[in-house]
Amino acid sequence: MPKHELILLKNMMQPGYTGSLTDYEKTGGYQALRNTLGKIAPPDVTAMVRKSGLRGRGGAGFPTGVKWGFLPKDYQGPRYLCCNADESEPGTFKDRQLMERDPHQVLEGIVLACYAIGAETAYIYIRGEMVLGSKILEHAIDEARVAGYIGKNILGTGVNADVWVHRGAGAYICGEETALLESLEGKRGLPRVKPPFPATHGLYNKPTVVNNVETLANLPHIINRGPEWFAGIGSPPKSTGTRVFCVSGHVKRPGNYEVPMGMTVRELVYEHAGGMRSDKPMKAFIPGGASAPFLTPAHLDVKLDFEHVAAAGSMLGSGGVTVMEEGTSMVWAALRLMEFFYHESCGKCSPCREGSSWLVQTLRRILAKRGRMEDLETLSDLCKNIAGRTVCAFGDAAVAPIQSTLKHWRQEYVDLINEAEAANLIMPGQVGIGR
Amino acid sequence: MWSWESVIDEAYDQDIPVLAARARSDEAESWRRGAGGCNRRARSMRAVWNILAIRLDKGMCGGTVLKDKYGKEIEEILSRYPVKRSALIPLLYLAQRDHGYVTESAMQEIAHLLRLTPPQVYETITFYTMFNLKPMGKFHIQVCKSLMCALVGSDTVIEWIKMKLGIAPGESTADGLFSLSVVECLAACGTGPMMQINDDYYEQLTEDKLDRILADLRSTGTSPLKSGPFMWPEPVPSGRGA
Ligand SMILES: Cc1cc2nc3c(=O)[nH]c(=O)nc-3n(C[C@H](O)[C@H](O)[C@H](O)COP(=O)(O)O)c2cc1C
Ligand code: SF4
Ligand code: FES
Repeated sequence: MPKHELILLKNMMQPGYTGSLTDYEKTGGYQALRNTLGKIAPPDVTAMVRKSGLRGRGGAGFPTGVKWGFLPKDYQGPRYLCCNADESEPGTFKDRQLMERDPHQVLEGIVLACYAIGAETAYIYIRGEMVLGSKILEHAIDEARVAGYIGKNILGTGVNADVWVHRGAGAYICGEETALLESLEGKRGLPRVKPPFPATHGLYNKPTVVNNVETLANLPHIINRGPEWFAGIGSPPKSTGTRVFCVSGHVKRPGNYEVPMGMTVRELVYEHAGGMRSDKPMKAFIPGGASAPFLTPAHLDVKLDFEHVAAAGSMLGSGGVTVMEEGTSMVWAALRLMEFFYHESCGKCSPCREGSSWLVQTLRRILAKRGRMEDLETLSDLCKNIAGRTVCAFGDAAVAPIQSTLKHWRQEYVDLINEAEAANLIMPGQVGIGR
Repeated sequence: MWSWESVIDEAYDQDIPVLAARARSDEAESWRRGAGGCNRRARSMRAVWNILAIRLDKGMCGGTVLKDKYGKEIEEILSRYPVKRSALIPLLYLAQRDHGYVTESAMQEIAHLLRLTPPQVYETITFYTMFNLKPMGKFHIQVCKSLMCALVGSDTVIEWIKMKLGIAPGESTADGLFSLSVVECLAACGTGPMMQINDDYYEQLTEDKLDRILADLRSTGTSPLKSGPFMWPEPVPSGRGA
């Protein structure tokens, strides 16, 4: 049993909890909505969220209350809320659990956010592959609509908020907020050039907020227990609350662990996830999904909050912690991630579109022991020419695996190129299934 | 209420003023994106191109197969969005559900329903990976090969399926039962190696489990080994989570 209090996963950890409306109401569900709608003015809700220090759980970590504050105050037309449930970042599988196990927690957060920003329509953009998740959400929305928590004149307060599930169709880039909006408009998911930002020119050119599932799921708790309570958890003042970390890779007990922000990687991996799966020591880990640069065991005592992970040269990102044991080829690992980015580049800008293909080819050549020393120079050159020169942050993410492996494990590239030792490196795919 | 949508709608039905309406809506669109400096020629070329496509479409609007069959469902989908085009992906899913893949005539019909040009539908459908443009096997197996799954053996899963079914990724078995694809991360990284077959996830795969799943699908069309609502580790100690 964890020593700290669970917030988001608390309900679903109760044996027999089904996530139905009755179950959710029994645990105090929709109380925040009852106590807020018509009782607290929308700007005060935003102020509460700002005070709680809640920051986006989707990747960028932008303060949620501040983001809401960017919406034009005097705008008369419709506004929209989009719940980002695209969850396609390799290494991340928390939103799936939050939606499939406790959908009403997410829905309550969505309606609260709609109220705070004055939106009457919310779309949950869920990745297309999660058919089960979208069915569960749709069922939950129907339940909530019948009970009067969603729809017109919610709980008789005159507040309207309609929620729709919109399935994506298999494109990682649609997790990027402006690509998500394009996709929701029925177009290809090509990120927009910013500014203008979604806060003023979002869905259908209307003021729009895009928030991650986990971000929204925190809202009912902030309202119920007060922003001061929330701001006291984790590592205040900048990283408050808990994070649901998704641990994957070579550990004994992979899975979702909700812990206060600021816990060390060592504690998360060795105490919660049970440590390494075999007697091989850890070689590398990623602290925040595929877009975050690799770190080494020297960083095991880095605190998992936005500032400390950034100071260590990586990012907290989506909270996907992937652990690799000694014997894993880092060139191979970088190639696997690079192939992902190559496959998912939307193609809007040339550095990302062409560069990712070039990077994959070069890495493949090195791994096939046909590389040349100049290739290392080419790799870093390409990375430098992609990062920071693209329409969206995908470009920076795509070069992270290569830049960080070149930094920490350059010798492996050199060795492969020298055709030395490399034959001893194990590529996990070749040694059978299982942990 | 007045909107570009309704202008295009009207123009579409009357055929003649379409050129003007399209051109103006394109103009409006690039302005609203804040793309003041964008290439004007490219913009007008696109407008003209769209008109040509609309005119072409007038002659072959793909019939009313979907509308006749799913009229109510289509109405319901359209009612969720203030702008018709947003219904494009949901309608493509509907067409795919109907036929196993999205046919040329379905694309034309959807284009017509949403007042779009066939190229607008085509550019969208080809951007996303979940739409099939050709017939697929009854069971579409998609194995995740991204890093986290690869660390715990997804390559062996792929080899195993290839061996059992005698097909490579991108192929279907001769009996039309199975198609195999290798895909990127499906948000089940902690319970890898994993695959998706049609709508269902199968996680923590082993050779033995794979054999059972394939046998189940062959005999009953479904398998009890598919995942339910996701939670890992499970709250009550059991299995590997113990
Ligand atoms: C390439 C790329 C992919 C992204 N994918 C996701 C995603 O799958 N889910 C998500 O919530 N945010 C994703 N984001 C972050 C979103 O752009 C956005 O910052 C986030 O949804 C905002 O919500 P938040 O403030 O609640 O975090 C992605 C960003 C980029 C650049
Ligand atoms: S950086 Fe890559 S993914 Fe982002 S807009 Fe450019 S091409 Fe598309
Ligand atoms: S890496 Fe396979 S599901 Fe994420």
